[in-house]
Amino acid sequence: MVGRVVAIGGSWGGGAALGRVLASLPGDLGAPVVVALHRYPGASRLAEQLGRHGPLAVADAEDKQELWPGCVLLAPPDYHLLVEGGMCVLSIDEPVRYSRPSIDVLFESVADAYRSRAVGVLLTGASEDGSAGLARIQARGGLTIAQDPASAECPIMPRAAIEAGAVGRVLGLEEIGEALVSACATEDVGVEEGAR
Amino acid sequence: MADRDRGYGEPELEILEIELLLEGIHRHYGFDFRGYAYSSLKRRLWRVMAEEHLSTVSELQSRVLHDEACMERLLRALSINVTAMFRDPDFFVAFRDKVAPLLRTYPFIRVWNAGCSTGEETYSLAILLAEEGLYERTRIYATDINDAVLERAEAGDFPVEKASEYAQNYLKAGGSGAFSDYYATREGTARLSRRLKDNVVFAQHNLVSDRSFNEFHVILCRNVMIYFGRPLQDRVHGLFYDSLDRLGILGLGQKESIRLTRYEGYYEPLDVHHRLYRRIG
Repeated sequence: MVGRVVAIGGSWGGGAALGRVLASLPGDLGAPVVVALHRYPGASRLAEQLGRHGPLAVADAEDKQELWPGCVLLAPPDYHLLVEGGMCVLSIDEPVRYSRPSIDVLFESVADAYRSRAVGVLLTGASEDGSAGLARIQARGGLTIAQDPASAECPIMPRAAIEAGAVGRVLGLEEIGEALVSACATEDVGVEEGAR
Repeated sequence: MADRDRGYGEPELEILEIELLLEGIHRHYGFDFRGYAYSSLKRRLWRVMAEEHLSTVSELQSRVLHDEACMERLLRALSINVTAMFRDPDFFVAFRDKVAPLLRTYPFIRVWNAGCSTGEETYSLAILLAEEGLYERTRIYATDINDAVLERAEAGDFPVEKASEYAQNYLKAGGSGAFSDYYATREGTARLSRRLKDNVVFAQHNLVSDRSFNEFHVILCRNVMIYFGRPLQDRVHGLFYDSLDRLGILGLGQKESIRLTRYEGYYEPLDVHHRLYRRIG
């Protein structure tokens, strides 16, 4: 049985928030991490900057690159990132909700590819991207987490997902790291999550 | 089978439906999308289904097989890659710096822009070559699977609202003139100048099923193969290898790598970061 996959989305303030989550993750996290952050096309050194926060290596995803436990792969600027058959798939299809990369596009592909083994994490942001994708992860029995809007630099995005009923757990940034570690150490807590 | 995926359909069942749809399209119309990456293809199918007011891929299959106009719409949805002139300006800077000097040594230059869609990249390249003094001895073969997009590419029109974005890209791409010199505006539409079309041949070619049709000094195929699965990517890389002159140049999209294909050993990187490779074997 293949293990879990963690998908993280963030927008306004998302880079800093993701940095703090990465700082609380161990070097031997048992699952791949895929990320969609709304970023400027010129932000080409984001991966390098994020990699300094913790032990996990961070890189921009390449098309058809395989995932491995402990990788942190970012949607490149101006591309959508999807996941299929344990690989990254890129697309330059139109922006979704004005965003490319789109968090919904990533989350929805992860929901379909990994079902109850998917973990979706929605961080701070000023848009409503991510809610639909998180709902899909939840409907497929995966684990869904939103950053506590009270602690978010911009609460709109996590709040939208919570109000849409797509969030299983609302956590502060430090707690998100712990939750990911324990989720990745067990095979299928998602069944219980989906049954709620 | 119990389905607890409330309201979203069973993903395995949808994959089966997609396989059947693609098989049907291939056998009935001859277009072969079977080797495409399903995750991105699926989103395009969803959009067509929404536009056609259909709720399952099986319903789409039925309509596509019985209604040619629907197939046309689906073909358009599956084959158009929306792009911009001088997308990834840095790529064009690298092309100017690393490839143009090599091309100067040839008396006549053949370029293949594979999967040209509506022509934005083709014309960007034509402008670059014109500014490098190479356009007059170049022929660009721009191909796409879809006849309808080729007509649009041939017209060379773009919405005038795009002009400022394109002009910025053009400058970042190292443009040495003014982007506005390359088009004329009429009634909200900008039309690229005649000269940029003189040495361009637009033709239908299917990367999935057609063979090599010439030998080229440069092949550009950027952000087209990202829509293909790995085995199909390998096939197309074989086609490009067969179609490149010895020492010919292959240019890929920013996040596409030859490293992940069977053909890695036949190329040396000319500019790794900008995905420019030179055939050596």
